[in-house]
Amino acid sequence: MKTMFRRTPVLKDCPTHYCPGCGHGIAHRLLAEVIEELGIQDRTIGIAPVGCAVLAYNYLDVDMIEVAHGRAPAVATGMKRCNPDKVIFSYQGDGDLAAIGTAEIIHAAHRAEQLTVLFVNNAVFGMTGGQMAPTTVLGQVTATTPQGRESNGQGYPLQVSELLALLPGAIYVERCALSSVPRIRQAKAALKHAFELQMQGAPGLSLVEILSPCPTYWRMSPSEAMQWIEDHMSKVFPIGRLKDAGKDD
Amino acid sequence: MGRAEVKNTTERILMCGNEAMAEAAILAGCDAYFGYPITPQNEISAYMAQRMPEEGRVFLQSESELAAINMVFGASATGKRSMTSSSSPGISLMQEGMSYLAGAELPAVVINVMRGGPGLGNISPAQGDYFQATRRGGHGDYKTIVFGPSSVQEMADCTSLAFELADQYRMTVEILADGLLGQMMEPLTLDQKPRRTLPPKDWALTGRKGREQNIVRSLWLGDGVLERHNEKLQAKYREVQEKEVRCEEYRLDGAEIVVVAYGIVARIARAAVDRGRDAGIPVGLIRPITLWPFPSQQISRAAAELRLFLTVEMSSGQMVEDVRLAVAGQAPVLFYGRMGGGIPSADEVLEKIRQLTLSTRV
Repeated sequence: MKTMFRRTPVLKDCPTHYCPGCGHGIAHRLLAEVIEELGIQDRTIGIAPVGCAVLAYNYLDVDMIEVAHGRAPAVATGMKRCNPDKVIFSYQGDGDLAAIGTAEIIHAAHRAEQLTVLFVNNAVFGMTGGQMAPTTVLGQVTATTPQGRESNGQGYPLQVSELLALLPGAIYVERCALSSVPRIRQAKAALKHAFELQMQGAPGLSLVEILSPCPTYWRMSPSEAMQWIEDHMSKVFPIGRLKDAGKDD
Repeated sequence: MGRAEVKNTTERILMCGNEAMAEAAILAGCDAYFGYPITPQNEISAYMAQRMPEEGRVFLQSESELAAINMVFGASATGKRSMTSSSSPGISLMQEGMSYLAGAELPAVVINVMRGGPGLGNISPAQGDYFQATRRGGHGDYKTIVFGPSSVQEMADCTSLAFELADQYRMTVEILADGLLGQMMEPLTLDQKPRRTLPPKDWALTGRKGREQNIVRSLWLGDGVLERHNEKLQAKYREVQEKEVRCEEYRLDGAEIVVVAYGIVARIARAAVDRGRDAGIPVGLIRPITLWPFPSQQISRAAAELRLFLTVEMSSGQMVEDVRLAVAGQAPVLFYGRMGGGIPSADEVLEKIRQLTLSTRV
């Protein structure tokens, strides 16, 4: 009998703690499949963020560390500089990477660290109860923007990928989404490319931003949340390749 | 700056304290150094920037002290010996990382070349970070081993030992120096050899080849799990308290007054003790070398026989609280301190000793 589908061995066989309709499960699986396909499970070290994905090591069967909020790119730098033969990735949410960890991600890119960053943007702080994130879109209701985010006083959604793409040390930046099967397949291809660049020793940082649904704190059904990414979030955070230094030149 | 070719040697060489700690770290097998510029410790990073690449090791100037301590965290998690150095304001920024290092039980060496505070303060020598170092400035119940060296030789020796203690106990070891010691040049020998048999780093993140996944974490969820983790940490700290106290006792024979001082102040106090003895005053010195674990037993023993303690610090009075806890009411504990970069002279300390002699003699 032909096997049509199986769980990648890089994902552990255990129940999930994520909410129904959450995008982290999909993102974890894409990451795990890429690690399996590239044959790097035994030389990969992953970094879990502070946020909903803090327990990523419960699911991903690679060596992992959990670090202070936002500091993953600095921790990754320490690891990679001492272990250039290892494949190092950080998995970070929008609070982690785009709020408290802005300095660390910008400077890791600025130094052209040979790292792979998976940036999960769901426009909200999930773990702490749905507060406004730097990536919260205008008008979006959160626990700390009960009237909807207003630019006057609460600022504009922060487009971190666009910022990073300006830096010579960020060699590959692509924004993807989990809102449809073709988009999920593209996200996987982007992640794979980001890992391949590190494995090839490409001189800089690769980052894949993934627009990911948070039905719980968007107060939507899972299918509505997918549609909201297409209709609203992707208008603020345009999906597509922002930079691929190797190919753009 | 004297550069290049400093190797393990029994010959006496001349170095400043900052460079001596840097070279001692290299001889101790430090794989990676991360740091952010701040005075008065910049000789360390300049030295490391030159010497670490010569040894094929990692030097990196970070974007902040927050990043530096987290780079140490990352390097250490992969089993490498790593360190950072800074001065007071920068060490404040590292407190978050030091709490995580403690929670995750990662070895690390942190050098604090103290300057005057609070705030930006100044760049003169001070000892105002004693509480931060010995009470820990980060959140949670944890400890770091703290050395308070008082000579360039001892700065090198403590740095060398720090790497071994860090690996043995999976803890952060902080060298609490000051701007005077850091800048001061003295002869020393750099005859650094591994002393201890250390446990294998089977917890390190090296890729899970041939074994189960390793996880380095400080998050412990579940009923009672974090309490058990804390109990394990505290048991380790008790072992350190039992085994790793270091302290020098000087001219305690017949002493009725004991000066307690550490770091550069202990050098000054030693001169005051010598002059006092020359003048017939029965005074001695207890010099804690480890500030945590603190030599409480040595001080308590001395308190049973002695009349009076004088703690001298370049602070408003921080270590004096540990002295009082150790003395536990057996004898009066007095204090003399200078702050904000003020350095007490030996004559100043001697004058204090004289005043105490007069005021307490019957």
